[in-house]
Amino acid sequence: MKWTRIVAIAFLLFVCVACLLANFIAPASYARQFRDEPNASPSRQHLLGTDDLGRDRFSRVLYGTRVSLLLAPAAALLSSLLAAFVGGIAGFAGGWVDRCVMAATDLFLSLPWLFLLITVRALLPLNVSPIISVLITFAMLGCLGWAGAARIICADARAFAQSDFILLARASGSDGFRLLWRHLVPNLKPVLYAQFWISVPVFILTEANLGILGLGVAEPLPSWGSLLRELEGFSTLSGQRWQLVPLILFILVVSCFHLVLTKEELPV
Amino acid sequence: MKKRLAGFILLTLVALGPNGLLAQSGGELHFCLRSEPKTLNPLLAADDASETIRYLTGGVLVRVNRLTQDVEPGIASSWKISNGGKTITFDLRDGLRFSDGTPFSADDVAFTMQQLMDPALHSPTGDAFRSSDGKVATEVLPKNRIRITFPAPIAGLDRLFDQVAIMSSKSPQKEMAVLGPYYIWENKAGAYLTLKRNPNYWEKDPAGRPLPYIDSVRLDIQQNRDIETLRLTRGEIHFINSLDAEYFDKIAAQDPSMAHDAGPSLDSEEMWFNQVASSPLPPYKKQWFASTNFRRAISEAINREDMARIVFHGHARPAVGAVSPANKFWFNAKLQAHPFDQKSALQRLSEDGFHMQDGVLHDHEGHAVEFSVITNAGNKYRERMATMIQQDLSGIGIKLNVVTLDFPSLIERITRTYDYEACLLGLVNDELDPNAQMTIWLSSAESHQWNPSQKTPATAWEAEIDKLMRAQAATLELKKRKEDFDKVQEIAWQEEPFIYLVNKNALSAVSPALHNAHPVVLRPQVYWNIDQLSLTSEVAGNR
Repeated sequence: MKWTRIVAIAFLLFVCVACLLANFIAPASYARQFRDEPNASPSRQHLLGTDDLGRDRFSRVLYGTRVSLLLAPAAALLSSLLAAFVGGIAGFAGGWVDRCVMAATDLFLSLPWLFLLITVRALLPLNVSPIISVLITFAMLGCLGWAGAARIICADARAFAQSDFILLARASGSDGFRLLWRHLVPNLKPVLYAQFWISVPVFILTEANLGILGLGVAEPLPSWGSLLRELEGFSTLSGQRWQLVPLILFILVVSCFHLVLTKEELPV
Repeated sequence: MKKRLAGFILLTLVALGPNGLLAQSGGELHFCLRSEPKTLNPLLAADDASETIRYLTGGVLVRVNRLTQDVEPGIASSWKISNGGKTITFDLRDGLRFSDGTPFSADDVAFTMQQLMDPALHSPTGDAFRSSDGKVATEVLPKNRIRITFPAPIAGLDRLFDQVAIMSSKSPQKEMAVLGPYYIWENKAGAYLTLKRNPNYWEKDPAGRPLPYIDSVRLDIQQNRDIETLRLTRGEIHFINSLDAEYFDKIAAQDPSMAHDAGPSLDSEEMWFNQVASSPLPPYKKQWFASTNFRRAISEAINREDMARIVFHGHARPAVGAVSPANKFWFNAKLQAHPFDQKSALQRLSEDGFHMQDGVLHDHEGHAVEFSVITNAGNKYRERMATMIQQDLSGIGIKLNVVTLDFPSLIERITRTYDYEACLLGLVNDELDPNAQMTIWLSSAESHQWNPSQKTPATAWEAEIDKLMRAQAATLELKKRKEDFDKVQEIAWQEEPFIYLVNKNALSAVSPALHNAHPVVLRPQVYWNIDQLSLTSEVAGNR
């Protein structure tokens, strides 16, 4: 199984490098509308053809991948840190703190995510640039996506808090913060990594869902969500199979994240 | 002998003509509803599905011919408007019966009007008749006549009765007893409705044969456009109304004879700026949006031809104004769509003190010109239009932020909080008469979107529109009404409180198995002449 992880990592690196170099690789701006060539077939000028508005699809795939692939891990990092903070404190403190925090987490988990995201987005100021809107979207995803991970981390932290090595550390005079920072957090790292890698594809999918609903990244900035919206209505696809490229790339990237995750899930 | 028989049959068929042949078609017409009807009570119909059922089953006193746009006799053989537009007298046809056999009389019309105007019923159809406070009086006259008197004059009064399906006052089946071509036979909630041919339908074809030709209609509830299109191409349904441009092109590519483009519809797509004085916008933006030059400049900077060609695949026309050219009588033919002219746009802006600085437009106080346009999420046509406007406006140094919102949030902003700068939406229009637009043009109206519910008109041109709209509504003289409403259109064209973008074409697809279908721009497009439609004998036989 080792070679599959290597291939997955290599593929992710390749995709990351390609999208980071989008400014140099992309033949046109992602926003430029070639209005004489809407829905064009692949050509030397437009490797993946053009979209409904005549925008170069290859350029949009590159920039869209950059947006989704860089910001989804950022959102995953934010949610993992929030989960570590909430779950770690609750599990380590135990007692009524644990019960109260986990009750609040359960309440948070019971909220309908999608509607919450739609509501929060509707309350945001209107006059923000597409870049800011994408940052806000992913920040919201990060801020709203911590609860599930927090429960898992809390359970682990609770188990560690009652373990022998923590008891020993307490007996040797370690105070609360030192116990948390030097003994608990290092032991929580594997589960934190796992939660991080699980969150990345989840956030990519969530952004794609929002994009399909038209509530994701603002035009003209592309993201995987907005690129996948082109696939609405299967009957329109029969003549333009190259429209499937973003979907294939999306499936490959999400699959690769899961292959990478397998390694992180292994006990250290 | 055989040759003689064949010759006789041929002569008979020729003599009968196409309708004669098809009159024997029978069979079952199949098409889809996008949602379940919210009500089967014709007086409460407000959604598309309910209105479809009402159109297919309801017998009306007069019918607006969707092809000619003229009012034609229905259950009433003639009618007369008098008393300055307050009274209408109908001569009813004799010997009619409801679908269940209950005899029809003037009492049924009186009963329907009483129900329609009952405030407790909240009939959307009845709202059109509520010109002012006071009761509607009905008087049953001898010789099967009825006189209906309203408390105030109603312009275009006879046309309004196209929407009023007459109900029986005596039938135990209540609203299920109908005078229209079909009656409801089966209603499987969420799945389908079946309508059967009304054996007592009053109308006959020129050869004296009873109408409608088709025995039954099955309406499947189907939201998915892909499945609906697939079913049409498989021959499982016989037509699709109100097609999107993409699906239309898809069907046209498979079989051009099925695709029907009836030309510009009454519907329009438009954009407007928030001009509400109390809105939470900064004063300098309020000043931009209140300026006619600014609005005209934005309008001229938008390439409507490109929009129609790219977003609607050529199945739309640049919009001229408040009235579509499809509205044959009321459209002001003197007006033309605003041309795409960015030089002229910049010239207009410079008159208001705007200037370019490093490729960015600034106002006289030095603010960079940037604003947002909101539209409803999920409507890809509007999102594409907004994105095209974004690029067009960047050509004159304006930064436009496109914001898609879920519909309730959007409505909240444009009707309650007024926390928006510009909005892009469409107007679905079914009514030809300008009175239907009173709620949009009167400055005091809630649907006067750019600045609703004004106590007094905020501008001189809005005061003028108020005056003209009231004047046209107060007279029955058609020429005068037309003159007044032409002026309203001219003012709206000049001031552009709404920047009209395109009129979408009325697109439909009709199976070759369906005969005598002539899709038109007015709803219900394909089946407006439902009683004249017929199926080929093969299809009818198979069914």
